[in-house]
Amino acid sequence: MSLRILVGVKRVIDYAVKIRVKPDKSGVITEGVKHSMNPFDEIAIEEAVRMKEKKIAKEIVAFSCGPAQCQETLRTALAMGADRGIHVEVAGPQYETLQPLHISKMLAKLAKDEQIDIIIVGKQAIDDDCNQTAQMTAALLDWPQATSASKIEAKDGSLQVVREIDGGLETIKVKLPTVVSADLRLNEPRYATLPNIMKAKKKPIKKLTPKDLGVDVSPRIQIVTVEEPPVRLAGAKVENVDMVVEKLKALGHA
Amino acid sequence: MFSISQLRNLQGKNVFILAHRFQSTLVLAEHNNGKLNPVTLSAITAAQKVGGTVSCLVAGTKCGSIVEQLSKATGITKILVAENANLHGLLPEPLAPLIVATQQQFGFTHILAGASAFGKTVLPRVAALLDVSPISDVTAITNSDTFVRTIYAGNAVLTLKSNDGVKVITIRPTSFPAAPMGDVIASSEASTQTVNSSPNSEFIGQELTKSDRPELSSAKVVVSGGRGLKSGENFELLYKLADKMGAAVGASRAAVDAGFVSNDLQVGQTGKILAPELYIAVGISGAIQHLAGMKDSKTIVAINKDPEAPIFQVADIGLVADLFAAVPELTEKIGKK
Repeated sequence: MSLRILVGVKRVIDYAVKIRVKPDKSGVITEGVKHSMNPFDEIAIEEAVRMKEKKIAKEIVAFSCGPAQCQETLRTALAMGADRGIHVEVAGPQYETLQPLHISKMLAKLAKDEQIDIIIVGKQAIDDDCNQTAQMTAALLDWPQATSASKIEAKDGSLQVVREIDGGLETIKVKLPTVVSADLRLNEPRYATLPNIMKAKKKPIKKLTPKDLGVDVSPRIQIVTVEEPPVRLAGAKVENVDMVVEKLKALGHA
Repeated sequence: MFSISQLRNLQGKNVFILAHRFQSTLVLAEHNNGKLNPVTLSAITAAQKVGGTVSCLVAGTKCGSIVEQLSKATGITKILVAENANLHGLLPEPLAPLIVATQQQFGFTHILAGASAFGKTVLPRVAALLDVSPISDVTAITNSDTFVRTIYAGNAVLTLKSNDGVKVITIRPTSFPAAPMGDVIASSEASTQTVNSSPNSEFIGQELTKSDRPELSSAKVVVSGGRGLKSGENFELLYKLADKMGAAVGASRAAVDAGFVSNDLQVGQTGKILAPELYIAVGISGAIQHLAGMKDSKTIVAINKDPEAPIFQVADIGLVADLFAAVPELTEKIGKK
């Protein structure tokens, strides 16, 4: 097969960073904070690269939307094995109110322009925790969706996908073209090697604006406040199991 | 705010006045094999916070017993039933257009479902078809257009106002109590919408984890294990404690990734989000991503041999000890007079 895959990657605050809320409650502090590729998107890229290695796919296009620094995220995707990148630049206040709906519209338009067969994105971004983009992109294209994928097998114009659901696992079959979202257990993403990082510098990144794609990014939501969650007071450490039992009894649990 | 077609669909006189005052919510019922998922009852409670009337849509291949269970839920006035063989496996491809058509028929201002795997799969698809921005995993409803949800793994609380005409929302079940069950209140009627089969997607099957223990998301007591358990066999220690306490068993991502237990037990930002009365974390360090799934528990007990483990910062009762000695001892002593 010779499929073309479009992978969406998002630049987010690194998963290990303890985030801080801005004193004016307008958002979280992002300046000077370590950012990296959303962990679920690394898994999405990895899956696309494995499809290329198995000769299922012939080309991988990586897409990212956001401020100029998203180019770094795209370079990481290229170093992992994507062939070329597309950066849709949105910055400032417009980026603050950018929603998965906007991204989905961009992905849907690109899927048509680039004659894409499979779109792969992470199941959720660890900053907004929305878990919406794959589902919405599939809806806009009227393509089937396979979300929270933990195993993907390509056969005769279809993907057989094992999905992670609440009670266990579910298997579905979706015809191409389709949209997939990657769950944590789909694969283990590779590290980009230094030679591949060097090679990635030569791979092309096309720069576009939402307007180029005909996507209106006017805000669908208004941020009222962003606040710290209530702080839990640390309790006491106890000496032994008897004291745990005693405390649980006092709470009516033993 | 309302498009002309939506206004036309609103029934009754003085449509334009009603459009400003009248809220009506559609709750998507979640069910499986003749059993209503309790997240639906939480969604009904959330729907009442929106104000206005609350209807429920039961869609599936067999809906009779679900309708019967739902008709006793306090707070809903009407149940719409879409029983159709094309809904086998409740795939989002046929289900989402059905929900959209139902919304357009009755002019619902809000569409709600629980933020379970099912709700997360279906509702964003519905929202895109309606060209609105969905709102995920809502923890509080301020009014009909203002909602609260957490971002950054529960480390920030976002209050947002939606500008969209129709609000499509999944709610966090642990943030809303289940609607109480009473006498039969709601009436049911068959949906007049057609349900098309999905030519591009096919349900093959499910492999559900069987367990006699309480369901993780709704259990009052949860015993969870992490990397410290060292092996799947050692989880037996937790099962014994859980069974003695009538508890469900959960796990950290590390325990799932190491293959100790299956993924549907994962508690955290990307697994299940719980708020039981008692959460016992055993051999779990307490990474940000795990805390996101359990820090709203009423009482947290941590058993860990590392006194510096971050889990102790949120634990009400902390025991620095080797779990392989402490857990059997706790199992033995708990419940004794």
